[in-house]
Amino acid sequence: MSLKYVDEFRDPSLIATVANEIKRSIDPERHYRIMEVCGGHTHAIYRHGLRDILPENVELVHGPGCPVCVLPTGRVDDGLAIASQPNVVLACFGDMMRVPGTKGTPLELRARGADIRMVYSPLDALKLAQENPDTHVCFFAIGFETTAPSTALTVLRARELGIGNFSVFSNHVTIVPAMRAILDSPGMRLDGFIGPGHVSSIIGCRPFEFVAQRYGKPVVVAGFEPLDVLESILMVLRQLRAREATVENQYRRIVPWQGNAAALRALAAAFELRPYFEWRGLGFISQSALKLKSAFAEWDAEARFAVPGVRVTDPRAAQCGEILKGVLKPPQCKLFGKECNPEHPVGALMVSSEGACAAHYRYARLDEAVHA
Amino acid sequence: MLEARVTPRRLRFTDERIEMSHGAGGKASRRLVEGLIAPAFANPVLATLSDAATFLINGTRVATSADGYVVKPLRFPGGSIGELAVNGTVNDLAVSGARASALMASFILEAGLPADVLRAEVEAMAAAAQRAGVPIVGGDTKVVEHGMCDGIYISTFGIGAVDERLVLDPQTVRPGDKVLLSGPIGDHGITILLARGELELEAELRSDTRSVWPFVECLLATCPAGLRWMRDPTRGGVATALNELARECGLGIVLREEDIPLRREVRGACEVLGLDPLHIANEGQVLAIVAAGDAQRALEAFRSVPGGAEARLIGDVRAEGAGTVIGLTPYGGTRAIDMLVGDPLPRIC
Repeated sequence: MSLKYVDEFRDPSLIATVANEIKRSIDPERHYRIMEVCGGHTHAIYRHGLRDILPENVELVHGPGCPVCVLPTGRVDDGLAIASQPNVVLACFGDMMRVPGTKGTPLELRARGADIRMVYSPLDALKLAQENPDTHVCFFAIGFETTAPSTALTVLRARELGIGNFSVFSNHVTIVPAMRAILDSPGMRLDGFIGPGHVSSIIGCRPFEFVAQRYGKPVVVAGFEPLDVLESILMVLRQLRAREATVENQYRRIVPWQGNAAALRALAAAFELRPYFEWRGLGFISQSALKLKSAFAEWDAEARFAVPGVRVTDPRAAQCGEILKGVLKPPQCKLFGKECNPEHPVGALMVSSEGACAAHYRYARLDEAVHA
Repeated sequence: MLEARVTPRRLRFTDERIEMSHGAGGKASRRLVEGLIAPAFANPVLATLSDAATFLINGTRVATSADGYVVKPLRFPGGSIGELAVNGTVNDLAVSGARASALMASFILEAGLPADVLRAEVEAMAAAAQRAGVPIVGGDTKVVEHGMCDGIYISTFGIGAVDERLVLDPQTVRPGDKVLLSGPIGDHGITILLARGELELEAELRSDTRSVWPFVECLLATCPAGLRWMRDPTRGGVATALNELARECGLGIVLREEDIPLRREVRGACEVLGLDPLHIANEGQVLAIVAAGDAQRALEAFRSVPGGAEARLIGDVRAEGAGTVIGLTPYGGTRAIDMLVGDPLPRIC
């Protein structure tokens, strides 16, 4: 029943060894706050119950690396406005389907008759366009540098094949400016970072060097299995103990230090940086998002469709921003588990299983009950 | 009789429209049934909201169950819609302690459906009914316009007498009781997901659709008094079935994750797709709560049934963590196991 590349990294005895090593590496008098930047890590930490294994004074803070969590409501509304146009199919990743816009989620809009389909890759959306030449297929693109190259390649393919009934509504964002925004925010009290493994498989490790050099915080780029996460925490703690701050690569089996040249070329061919972009909870961050280059205007949904483009503020009681920045923990939000729950998310952090609130709700809400 | 049960807080239904998630067997389905449908029909039998309704007719306790089948594709490795329609209703009765005595079937057919497709499903139903030892004694057919349904929808209704020795009720569940599972989980749901061909994933996997009556029968022969509760964990999976139980009995359930039987293919597909196998549908497994003193015998009984070699005791009932299901990870961590929320999957039964 073993799974290659999975079970080696879930070996209970190795995990126990690393957990012991972590206990030995810390100063019991000190409190450590380490941010896992990527939502995939947040999910893994809860899914595998890793917080129970860590010493109490090692606190994990959930970062902004969850694509649907940082997507502002106004952009959801814009996407749904495209879906409401006649003869348009909107194709989304499954994660997007339950993200609430002002007038409901994509799933709800679909139940009311809009043609919204779930796809597993942008190429599937392009295929949909080829199979339905009489309709227009728009791909609602979300994600960090992990998913952006596949969107780029899809647009390049659309141009190569001359497919005119296809467009991309790009909401791709880049992780480094968000990390910088967090490091610059006044309430920041972080000791180090677990770096995003999937993003780094594209951009490599070098873009994180400023975190170590300018801000003096260790970054360890990490994989997503329990052993990966624990080893990365240990590597951060060791740097802290040695009073060092460098970028290390724990996820060497996937992440090349220089990144993936082919993917970066595709990104550079199709996309350029927007001057600024709104992040949910973090506000406007300059040069933090990708739009299609003007040469690809034919495939750019923002150029083809008139969208409302209205900025929608979060419900005042929802504290998504504080949670995204790591200032508050999910249960400290007034709406957590009450008005805001995975079935009826108020804030996007409750939607995706990678969102800090949804992960906390699904996996950790019962801590009190278990440890009582 | 049993002590009066504390009625759990009834769910309210405030959604404006029916969404796919209302049919996924998780929280939304529960809300639809408890909040919108059941209140209109309110009666003591319905109030239990179990898979089968049990009541007395001339002193005999009978179980009845009705179920609709809308699976796509109609045929998939290991079974088809017709086979599911028979086994599903047989199983709903079985986990209520009743062997199916008779089934009825209602067909909704789409104009333009090739007769051979229907013939194949009728034959599959006949074969499944024969294996389960139950006659199909009546039914109904309706035809709707082309485009109004996906080829065939089948509803089946079943009836059977409940074994007199049994008192299956969440209120009989006690701290210390054991959770018994008949075999590997997720085979059906993942088979259907892959059979739809949208994911470009392939695996050697078959639906587990089968009658689970042989499992129930052997528990009845072995430890009828120690058998507290049973369920066939279909839509919503083991996680949803156990959450419903935890909620109804007001106790906590703790699962040892490494003890849950799971095929490599199912595990792999779930890892790739980000699904929790505990949320994936099964069509031929039994989940039972048995008294601690009977647990080992019950496990051996399950293992003696053909197809039951992989049965396992997967967890315990505890007084702590009332109303919740908790997983113990192999590394000494814990996680809450919630009901299925939403519907990330296509229709699977």
